[in-house]
Amino acid sequence: MLKENEIKVGDTHSAILVEDLKRTQIVQYAGASGDYNPLHTDEIFTTQIAGYPSVFAHGMLSMGLTGTMLTDYVGDGALKKYGVRFTNQVWPGDTLTGKVTIVDIREEDGSKLVDLEIETTNQDNIAVITGNATARIEA
Amino acid sequence: MAIDKFLVEASHIMMFARSVGDANPIYHDEEYAKKTDLGGIIAPPTFAQSSAQFDPDYFLRPKIGGEGWFGSGKEATGSKPSKESGGGSGGGAAMGLHAEQHFEYHLPVKAGDVLSATTKPGNSWEKESKRAGKLKFSESVTEYRNQDGELVITATGVGVQTERAVDS
Repeated sequence: MLKENEIKVGDTHSAILVEDLKRTQIVQYAGASGDYNPLHTDEIFTTQIAGYPSVFAHGMLSMGLTGTMLTDYVGDGALKKYGVRFTNQVWPGDTLTGKVTIVDIREEDGSKLVDLEIETTNQDNIAVITGNATARIEA
Repeated sequence: MAIDKFLVEASHIMMFARSVGDANPIYHDEEYAKKTDLGGIIAPPTFAQSSAQFDPDYFLRPKIGGEGWFGSGKEATGSKPSKESGGGSGGGAAMGLHAEQHFEYHLPVKAGDVLSATTKPGNSWEKESKRAGKLKFSESVTEYRNQDGELVITATGVGVQTERAVDS
């Protein structure tokens, strides 16, 4: 868990979430999550019928990858809130970088909390996820 | 959507964590997890999404028997179940996509928990977009409770139906 005396507003943490995203990882996520939407795994359906250039990742895979970075930063079981908007699609071959920024450190109902802004970008520096989170910290 | 029994199992947590690139031992190593304050394996923050596995009517899972598998076999095919809730990531050729997802964590979800979930529709609204035509947004709110009836997670999903494939 983050410690109040070791952080300040404006601090950032970033990590590479995935390099050259593989179609097999998207399939792995489909199996684990149970979401078998063919847009994510069926290349010929997605290109020939749905009209996309290729299959693309589940938004929730990007949120999950971003969540890995987030919990690595705030610690296990510390999250109170985590929310995102899916701002652009994530395609096979993408390399994603996640970044969190501390925007507030505060107290609520006797617990110390940190508010974070989140942004995950692709190799072209386009945001694929924007969001925010709140986590408990140690006083 | 209503889910009577969402069995939170250690092997499912391990597989889910792998798929989101998370090697943290709290998600797969019982011995390690026991020694932490949490006292055992917990679920990663977006794991509740996999409750779809336990929804008997989940429309994005190929069904055994009658309807069979969807997706392309020999030919490209878009045959797919009909789209309804905004909680999932949307349905096939109907151009349904996941626009937003928000989780509120009230208690940790642990391996061995048996959750239940109920979903209610939230707000809905429309917007014009250059990249995909008219957008219809709809919100759904799912409450997950544990075996003791305690609220553990509130999940709010926003789905969007687009008029056409999104220009990239």
